[in-house]
Amino acid sequence: MTLKDIAFKNLRRRKAKAGFILAGILIGVATMVTLISLIQAMTHDINHKLEKYGANILIVPKTESLSLTYGGLSVGGVSFEMQEIQEKDLARIKTIKNAANVAAVGPMVLGVIEVAGHRVLLAGIDFQASKILKPWWKVQGSSPGDNGILLGTDAARVLNLKIGSPLKVNNRDLTVSGILESTGSQDDQLVFTRLDTAQTIFGKQGRISMAEVAALCNACPIDDMVRQISGALPGAKVMAIQQVVKSRMETLQHFLKFSYAVSIIVLLVGGLMVLVSMMGSVRERTGEIGIWRAIGFRRSHVIRIVLLEAGTISAVAGIFGYLIGLGATKIAVKFLSQGDVLVPFDPQLAAGAFTLAVLIGIVSSIYPAMLAARLDPNEALRSI
Amino acid sequence: MSYIKAENLMKVYGQGEAAVTALRGVSFGLESGDFISIMGESGSGKSTMLSIMGALNTPSSGKFLVEDIDVYGLKQEQRADFRREFVGFIFQSFNLIPYLTVVENVMLPLTTLNIKSSQKRALALDALGRVGLSKKADRLPSQISGGEQERVAIARAIVNQPPMLLADEPTGNLDSKTGAEIMDLLRQLNEQGMTVIMVTHNIECARYARRLLRMTDGMMHEENPVNLIAQAECPAGRVGAALMPAGGVA
Repeated sequence: MTLKDIAFKNLRRRKAKAGFILAGILIGVATMVTLISLIQAMTHDINHKLEKYGANILIVPKTESLSLTYGGLSVGGVSFEMQEIQEKDLARIKTIKNAANVAAVGPMVLGVIEVAGHRVLLAGIDFQASKILKPWWKVQGSSPGDNGILLGTDAARVLNLKIGSPLKVNNRDLTVSGILESTGSQDDQLVFTRLDTAQTIFGKQGRISMAEVAALCNACPIDDMVRQISGALPGAKVMAIQQVVKSRMETLQHFLKFSYAVSIIVLLVGGLMVLVSMMGSVRERTGEIGIWRAIGFRRSHVIRIVLLEAGTISAVAGIFGYLIGLGATKIAVKFLSQGDVLVPFDPQLAAGAFTLAVLIGIVSSIYPAMLAARLDPNEALRSI
Repeated sequence: MSYIKAENLMKVYGQGEAAVTALRGVSFGLESGDFISIMGESGSGKSTMLSIMGALNTPSSGKFLVEDIDVYGLKQEQRADFRREFVGFIFQSFNLIPYLTVVENVMLPLTTLNIKSSQKRALALDALGRVGLSKKADRLPSQISGGEQERVAIARAIVNQPPMLLADEPTGNLDSKTGAEIMDLLRQLNEQGMTVIMVTHNIECARYARRLLRMTDGMMHEENPVNLIAQAECPAGRVGAALMPAGGVA
């Protein structure tokens, strides 16, 4: 027979009251878990979708420039000492601290070619990386092979070329393998081919003009990554497409703040339910507490019994609250998101939910426990 | 030197015009192994006296000493320890915890002691054996009779072998036959060395005591228990109270 036995037996006896307290904390914890795991799942889903927006870091060669002014009027500038980026140097991006956040690196070599009397820009790209970097591309036909090219919609119209049309570029015979559907961007005016093909045409083997990097995840440290890539590629200028990143982060932050606010409110209500129920329980058991005190229980023993009861109910509520929250999230994501969104068991969230439940149960029961301990044993016995 | 000593105990409930004086300077001394009966009309202050002796009710003034320990000079938690070590309570309405079995109720005073559960259970079963209830150890209080509940209350009071046993109307809720059995049990415990202090309305029960203290309007004086009307058995408290002659017993 221990204080724990007394607490457990009382809980078993007062199932309705224990159930009410359990429900209060359980609803709070389940709501919190549902909201947070829903946000996590949505964040993952949103990130996944946002990644489809493509690159958010640009790597271009470093150049020195001189601003020219005549008579106080700026007439532009002149670039000089243009450095080149070696294709093999891009491998260093995989060595940066946040390499895990890099979804794709797309090297690009650019040059002007003349086709049927028109000067157009030819871009040599990595078509594998472009699937991540430019997921909105829709190609009629197929991606180019060794001697194939892909035409932007405007370029195809201006050059009057169709899928299968041959053309000669710098004495190399190429064939149009596909035409890009209109993107509304500069890509519509470009002609694309494989990186190695373009490098051969321009005589720039192993060199690139620029590179695009797709890096995004929840709270991805884009600024840090820019610094890290700059360190890895000293000859390159690395720029973050801040606007995109910031708006993505702000959206996620708003979601998180909202879920925390709602969770706090629901948990506060749960805590109040525990407080009121435990106060009622202490009042109902005034006589019993009087007996405990009369036979030599210290105030601290009474406090321990009350807190043990609250802690036990809260622990059970924490476990079931997490499981119910997880289940509710799995149901909710089916309605809130398209496609398969994973809602995995999160040990950190589970531990947090359990700890928070126990904490709320115990903190809310401190006042009723003190009240019970402060009962005058003589007065308490008179109430029987 | 008395084992239990009360020095000019005063107890006033409430303040100002609503103040009620329950004890008016009560002093007495009791020896270890005494069997004391405290009698008096309702409102005479006997329950207040018992609660003060049980370290449950702080007197307004005066001192109460047990083994030279100034009980009300102790801090709250020390007083709880004092109750556990020195006092066994037997309440009129038994005051058993309804959701604990008989043996668990008896084990209650041992709950906070740092001994093994098996040892606690052995001590509780031993106490139940002394009141003849070993076979009903695992029943709930609601599954035994009133007399048996009183025996459980006695077993709970003696399980940690306190030197003092305080009983508040121990036969108040029992029929006369069961009441007599309980009184016999208290006498046996007293014969085994326990100091028994009993508050009762009942003359017949009071006869079991070796000393009789009568409370009248918050004052206490000693009477000779031999002068009490002899009866063959100890009936329930209320009947006994009605038999008591007006003005007390000389």
